[in-house]
Amino acid sequence: MQKAGSESGNIKPPLWLNAEITYKCPLHCVFCYNPVDYTRFGPEISTEDWLRAFRQARDLGAVQLGLSGGEPLMRDDVEVMVAEASRMGYYVNLITSGIGLTEKRIAAFKEGGLGQIQLSFQDSTRELNDFLSSTKTFELKSKVAKLIKQYDYPMVLNVVLHRLNIDHVGQILEMAEAMGAEHVELANTQYYAWAFENRQHLLPSREQLERAEKITNEFRDRVGNRMKVYFVVPDYYANRPKACMNGWGSVFLNIAADGVVLPCHEARMLPGLSFPNVREHDMRWIWYESPAFNAFRGEGWMKEPCRTCPEREKDFGGCHCQAYMLTGDPANADPVCDKSPYHHLITEQVERAQQPQPPASDVKPVILFRDDKNSRALSGKRDKTPVS
Amino acid sequence: MSDSALSITGDSVPELQRQYRFQWEEAQKSFVLLYPEGMVRLAGGAGEIMKRIDGKLSVDQIVSDLETAFPGVDLRGDVHEFLETAHAKGWIRIRQH
Repeated sequence: MQKAGSESGNIKPPLWLNAEITYKCPLHCVFCYNPVDYTRFGPEISTEDWLRAFRQARDLGAVQLGLSGGEPLMRDDVEVMVAEASRMGYYVNLITSGIGLTEKRIAAFKEGGLGQIQLSFQDSTRELNDFLSSTKTFELKSKVAKLIKQYDYPMVLNVVLHRLNIDHVGQILEMAEAMGAEHVELANTQYYAWAFENRQHLLPSREQLERAEKITNEFRDRVGNRMKVYFVVPDYYANRPKACMNGWGSVFLNIAADGVVLPCHEARMLPGLSFPNVREHDMRWIWYESPAFNAFRGEGWMKEPCRTCPEREKDFGGCHCQAYMLTGDPANADPVCDKSPYHHLITEQVERAQQPQPPASDVKPVILFRDDKNSRALSGKRDKTPVS
Repeated sequence: MSDSALSITGDSVPELQRQYRFQWEEAQKSFVLLYPEGMVRLAGGAGEIMKRIDGKLSVDQIVSDLETAFPGVDLRGDVHEFLETAHAKGWIRIRQH
């Protein structure tokens, strides 16, 4: 177990609580960031457990609550969570594929005080053709978009981009416009979990990225203030790491479906840390006292090149999960950083992505879909060998 | 939007934009505005003005209410300045009477 951070007296309250209330999902997205071994986690915690955790985190100062999953609407107590959390003073965000969002449910969410709905495209690649020919996806999203507008929510659309769909960014933006989206986030895949397993099929080439950005900029010029479009480049194309989670245990906490509390969506993969569960500990202890939340606070854990880096207060060494996945040690600098001796592990992937790509039809047989069967297979693998 | 050419008068009625939520945050020891995935802390004076924005009170009524609560200070200029900033940031909309 690592030593607690040197600044444990100065720990600020959490602001953001993300609740992955279930790992059940009707979709099988190849870029999903849910842990690949989710099938071996314990059972989902009860409504009462969730509400107690929300209350305790709220008492600490958390103001934003994200309800996500999996597909959160797979649980039938989301209405209760929205209403209770809103009453506690949270700003409640629902992050959904839209599948299962009926008028009855959205009316209850509105009544309960839900702040916003983020709708994702369920481009799961298995349905890539449907998606691109704008048939089934478009009909479902349009229906949900109408409901969202009818209930006076802004239309916030999230689209995950990757090698297999990024060339269609123009079509995607036109679809978003046609359904009246006000905010569109075009977020390139981050390579964790399922997306890491499928990395070679998902990382776009530089040319693809540049073209997509150009099309996005032309679209922005055309629509002006009517739509806000964000474009997030994959960090593999950067030479400095992202300030992951704004620092470990700094503002964000994530509760998994089985009640395990994590400083980010992915941290459960890290070795040597025992993450607390809301059924056994209260949030105050978890946030301020637990060894896991203190493991990478402050700078005591840092090694070179981070320890003496003038930018260490800006990016906190980047992402520990990425450092672990690629170098085997979560205390190493995020290899996205070109000061990292492991930076070649990133650039080699980027070089590989410049090669001509096989057509999507050839990728399908080898790409790994997020489903229970694959999760069980990967759980077995995880037990024996760390990811190399 | 009807208020794109903004002129805030004494009769104007400000109200919080949809999607914004205003409340006291004990952990921050400050009034805050919450919006999707974000929060702004409002300094003391701004919080006192925002507290009175309910979509019913006019600017004149807000000023006189504040001057009752904080006697001896001329607050009209401060209120107008804050409302202009808040409007530019998209926190409030202004209805004209």
